[in-house]
Amino acid sequence: MSSPAHDSLTIAAISTPPGAGGIGIIRISGSASLTILQTIFTPANPPCPLDSHRLYYGTITDPAQTKLLDEVLVVYMQAPKTYTREDVVEIHCHGGFLVLQSVLELILAHGAKLAEPGEFTKRAFLNGRIDLTRAEAVIDILSARTRKGVDLALEQMSGSLYKAVDRLRASLVEIRALLETAIDFPEEEIEIADHQALGARLQDEVLIPLKKLIIQADSGRIVREGVAIVIIGRPNVGKSSLLNTLLQEERALVTSVPGTTRDTIEEYIDIHGIPVRIIDTAGIREDVEEVEELGIRRARESLNRADLVLFLVDGSEPIDNDDISLFETVKHKPLITVINKCDLEQRFDRQTHQQIVVEAVEISAREQTGLEQLKEKIFHRITGDREQWQEEGCTPNLRHKAALENGLRALNRVAEGLTDGLHNDLIMVDLLECLDHLGEIVGETTTEDVLDVIFEQFCLGK
Amino acid sequence: MSELQKFDIAVIGAGHAGCEAALAAARMGCKTLACVINLDTIGAMSCNPAIGGLAKGHLVREIDALGGEMAKNIDETSIQFRRLNTSKGPAVRSSRAQADRLLYRLRMKKILEHQENLTIRQTTVDSLIVKNNKISGLRTSLDEEIEVKAVVVATGTFLNGLIHVGLKNFPAGRMGDSPSLSLAAWFREQGLNVGRMKTGTVPRLDANTIDYFELEPQHSDQPPSFFSFTNEGEYRQPQFPCHITYTNENTHQIIRGSIDQSPMYAGIIEGVGARYCPSIEDKVMRFPEKLRHQIFLEPEGIETTEVYPNGLPTSLPLATQVAMIRSIKGLEKAVIVRSGYAIEYDYVDPQELLPSLETKKIRGLFLAGQINGTSGYEEAAAQGIIGGINAVHYCRRIDPLVIDRSEAYIGVLIDDLITRGTKEPYRLFTSRAEYRLLLREDNADARLSEIGDKIGLLPKPQYDDFVAKQKEIERAIEILETTWLKPSTDIDATLHQFGSTGLKQKSSLADLLRRPELKIGNLAELCTSEQRQPLEELNRSRFSEEVQLRVKYKGYIERQTEQVSRFKNLESTRIPEELDYSTLSGLSNEVVEKLRRVKPLSLGQASRISGITPAAISILQIHLRKHRSQGSNKPPAAAGKQ
Repeated sequence: MSSPAHDSLTIAAISTPPGAGGIGIIRISGSASLTILQTIFTPANPPCPLDSHRLYYGTITDPAQTKLLDEVLVVYMQAPKTYTREDVVEIHCHGGFLVLQSVLELILAHGAKLAEPGEFTKRAFLNGRIDLTRAEAVIDILSARTRKGVDLALEQMSGSLYKAVDRLRASLVEIRALLETAIDFPEEEIEIADHQALGARLQDEVLIPLKKLIIQADSGRIVREGVAIVIIGRPNVGKSSLLNTLLQEERALVTSVPGTTRDTIEEYIDIHGIPVRIIDTAGIREDVEEVEELGIRRARESLNRADLVLFLVDGSEPIDNDDISLFETVKHKPLITVINKCDLEQRFDRQTHQQIVVEAVEISAREQTGLEQLKEKIFHRITGDREQWQEEGCTPNLRHKAALENGLRALNRVAEGLTDGLHNDLIMVDLLECLDHLGEIVGETTTEDVLDVIFEQFCLGK
Repeated sequence: MSELQKFDIAVIGAGHAGCEAALAAARMGCKTLACVINLDTIGAMSCNPAIGGLAKGHLVREIDALGGEMAKNIDETSIQFRRLNTSKGPAVRSSRAQADRLLYRLRMKKILEHQENLTIRQTTVDSLIVKNNKISGLRTSLDEEIEVKAVVVATGTFLNGLIHVGLKNFPAGRMGDSPSLSLAAWFREQGLNVGRMKTGTVPRLDANTIDYFELEPQHSDQPPSFFSFTNEGEYRQPQFPCHITYTNENTHQIIRGSIDQSPMYAGIIEGVGARYCPSIEDKVMRFPEKLRHQIFLEPEGIETTEVYPNGLPTSLPLATQVAMIRSIKGLEKAVIVRSGYAIEYDYVDPQELLPSLETKKIRGLFLAGQINGTSGYEEAAAQGIIGGINAVHYCRRIDPLVIDRSEAYIGVLIDDLITRGTKEPYRLFTSRAEYRLLLREDNADARLSEIGDKIGLLPKPQYDDFVAKQKEIERAIEILETTWLKPSTDIDATLHQFGSTGLKQKSSLADLLRRPELKIGNLAELCTSEQRQPLEELNRSRFSEEVQLRVKYKGYIERQTEQVSRFKNLESTRIPEELDYSTLSGLSNEVVEKLRRVKPLSLGQASRISGITPAAISILQIHLRKHRSQGSNKPPAAAGKQ
C-alpha cells in the first residue's frame, strides 16, 4: 500500500457536475486505484507505463464483456502528491452522462466503493493535505445528514425501495437464523430445513426480487438521466427524415449538442418526460465503395453508446444483404424495427424475414404517420413495464444499485454454497457480506436481530 | 497494618471468574488475596456439570493459550468428552466435557492453595474502600480492613441473591450458601447502574432410582481429545455415558396445571431470564405445539449417585417437580435429592466498564463474570482471566490488555458487553463473531500464545511447545503445497475409491486437499512410497486438523484476514478519554448522549454502539485529526498511521 489510507477502501465518483456538457471526469482514490485502472484501460499505444502525473490516451473496456465503453484520457497520480494524498486516478471521459455512469459502475464492480459526499475532501484533511476550514465544510455536509437522523441513503429515496430491500433483508435474516441455529445448537431436537429447501427459499424470497430491483434501478436511472437511442439502417432508408420528423414535433424541447465523436450528431427529444438522446449516423459521408464497411463500423461504434436501437428498413424495397448484415450486427441489442415508407407500395417480404419484422412499427416519415405508435413503443421499451417504473419512488440511484449489485454477487455465492452443500459457516461468510451490502440501504443487521428470530422460532436451550 | 492485611490485589469470589482472576494475578507476580464466603465452594459448578460447547469450548482453549487453568482443570476431571459439529464447518467444531463436579472443585481448590503469591481466606466482604475515586482497600463482615490497590469482584449470583421455589423465596447466593447483601448495597451506593437478572437450575436425581434400561446412551469420543494444548494421551478419569429421555404430553399437563404456582408466571420474579436457557415451564407454555422436550441425564461424578437432568430447569413447587419428573420415561420412580430453583441477583450494567473490565467510575475496581450480566462458566472464566491480568497491569501502571474481536471470542464477549450492554444473561454464540473462520478452537494457541507469553502468564514450557508446534505446522503445509502428483491410472483409481474424480494435470497435495470430498487422512495413500512418510507423521500428529483446515479453507481464511485488516483501521484510531463530545459540531444530541455513556476508546468501538451512524463516525474522525493537529496535551495514542 503506497497511501496513508485512513479508510483502506478505494473510493470513486464522478467529480464533474451532471449535465454540464458531454465531457466528465471520474476520480478514484485509494490503494487499488492503479490496479483498477490497469484492468479496465486499454492504451492506444502499448506498452504503456502509466507514469505518475502523465496523461495517456486509450479506451475503457469492460474486461468481462470485452465491451468498449468510451474513448478516454487517463492520468495516474502516485501518493502523496495528490489531492487526497492517496493514489489517485482520473479518467477523462468523452461520452455523455450515461457513459460516465457505465464507466463508474465498471470501476465499482472492480472493488471501489462509491464515494460519500465530501469523502475526497475528508480524506484530504485526514491525510493532512488541506486545512481545517475546508474540512469544516465536510462536517457541514455530514452533520446535515445526522441532524435529520437518517442516513443519506434513506433520505434520497422514498419508502418503497426501503421496504423492498427490507423485505429481502428480513428473509435473509431468517435464512441466516436457520443456518446459525444448526451451528450453535447441534444437540437440540429441532427440524431445520435442509440446504436444498433453503436454496429454494433463497431463490424465491431474495434472489429473484433482488434481480428485479436491479432492473428497476436501471429504469429509474433512465427516467432521471435519459437514454441514448441510435438509428441504424442502410443508406436511403430514411434515417434523416425520421430524425427530422421526430425533431420537428419536439421542436420546443430540442437542444442540439454537437457530438463528441466525430461524424455523429446527438439530438435530444422528450418522450413522456424521459429525455431521449438520439445518436444519428445520418451525417456520415457515404463514399460509394466504402458504404457497407463504413456503415457497419459506424454502427458498431454508436451501438456501444446506445440503450436502444431503431433499426430502420425501407418498406417499398425488397430486403437486401446490407439490411441483413446490419441486422446481424445489432440484433443482440434492445431493438425496435421500424418499417419506413409505408405510404408507398410495399415490396418488403415480411413472411421470409420474420425475425426482423417481429413487433415492427410501420411509419411514414414523409406522411408523418405511425410516429405516435413509435414513441409509445420506444417509451415501453426503455421503461420496461410501464406500471413498474411508475410505482412511486421505487427507483434506486447508483449508490443503491451498487449496493444491490454487490449484494447480488455475494448472494449468488450463497446460492452456490447451498447447492454444493458447503458448510454453514462458509456459506455465512457470503451471506453476511450480502447483508452488509443491503445494510448500506436499510441499515445494519445486528446479531441480536438474528438471535431474536432464532429464539422466536425454536424452543432451544437445555 | 500488618503484612497479613496488605495485598496488591483482592479477588472477591472464587467461582470460575474468581479462580482465573486470582491465579492470573498471583502467577504474574502480584501479592493476591482470594476472598470466599465458603472455602468448600471454590471452583463450584452451581448449575450443569459440564464445560465447553459451541463458542464456549473456544473460550476454554483461549483461556488455556493465555495461561489460565480452566482447560487443564476439566481435562483432569472430566468423565465424558465429546467434539460437537465434527461434520460441520471448520470454524464451528467445538469440545464439551462432563465434569466430575467434586473432583473439579477439589482440584481447582488445590491449585489455588499451592499457588505462590496467593492467599485464600474464607470471609465475607461487606464493602470496598475508595479514596480519590481509587480503590484502596476492603472491609469484611468481621470488621477487618485489608489494604489493596485493586479489586476484582467476581461474586456471581451472590449480590442480593434471592432463591425462588414455587411461591416461596428466601435470600441465598446459591442453594445452601449465604448471599452477599452488604456488598450489593455498596454497589448501589456508588451510583453504578445496577439491575436484576434471573437464572435457574434443575432438580438433582438419585441414579439408583432411575431406570436406564431403555434409554439411549451417549458415550465419550474415542480416541480421546482434550481442551488444553498441553494434554495428550488417555482420558484421566473413567468415562461414563449420558442418557437421553424426553418429556411427554403428561409432563406438560402437570406443568400447565400448576403454572399459577410458578414465580415467573405469578409475576414475583422481576429479573430478566435468558431466552436460550428457558425453564421447562417456559418451553411448555411458549411452544405448546412441541410434543416432547429432550432431557440429557448427566452423571455428576464417579463417587456420587447424583444425576443432573439437563433440560429441566424449573422453579415450580417441589411437589410439582416430583410429579413432573415421575411422568418421564425412565424416571417413573426417580427421587429428587435437591430441588430445582430460580435465583434472582444484582448485576452491574457492563456499559459501566472499560475494555479492561475496570469500572469507569472507580479506578482499580474490576468486575468479572455474572456480575456483568453474563451466564456460563466459560464466559465467567474468560472475564476472570482478563480482569486478573488487567488488575496486575493497573497496579504496575502499564497499558491494559485488550483483546479485539478479530483475535478471540474473549474479545467478542467483552466488546459486546461494554459497547452494547445486555438485557438478558449474555451467552456467547459463534454467530456473535464476525471473523468466525479465523477464531477456531484448533488455532486458539496460534492466536493468543504470544500474548500469554508477553504478559508473563503463559508457562514457559507451554510457550516453547507452542513455538515448536507452529514450526511443524508451517513445515507440514509447505510439504502439502510442494508435493506433486502426476496423473496416473493408479492415482485415479484411489481417488475414485474416495469418491473423487481423477487427476487432469499435475497437482499438489494441497490442491487435492481443497477438494471437498477429500480429507487429510486420504492423502498418504495417493503418494509414492518416498512421499508417504511425512504424511503419515502428519496424520499421527496432534495438529493434523489445524493443517487440514488451514489448507482446505485457505481462500475463505484469506478473505476474512482481509476484512480484519479493514476492521483494524478504525480500531487503531484511539479516542482520548477526556474528549468532550458536546463541544464537537455536527453531532446530534442523541449521538452525543450515547457516546458519553459508553465512552468508546476507539473509533471502531464507537461504530458498534447502536444508533451511531457512519456519518457520525466521519465527523469524529475529522475532529480527532483536528485535535491532534492542534497539538493537544494528550494526543490520541495511535490515531492514523502516518
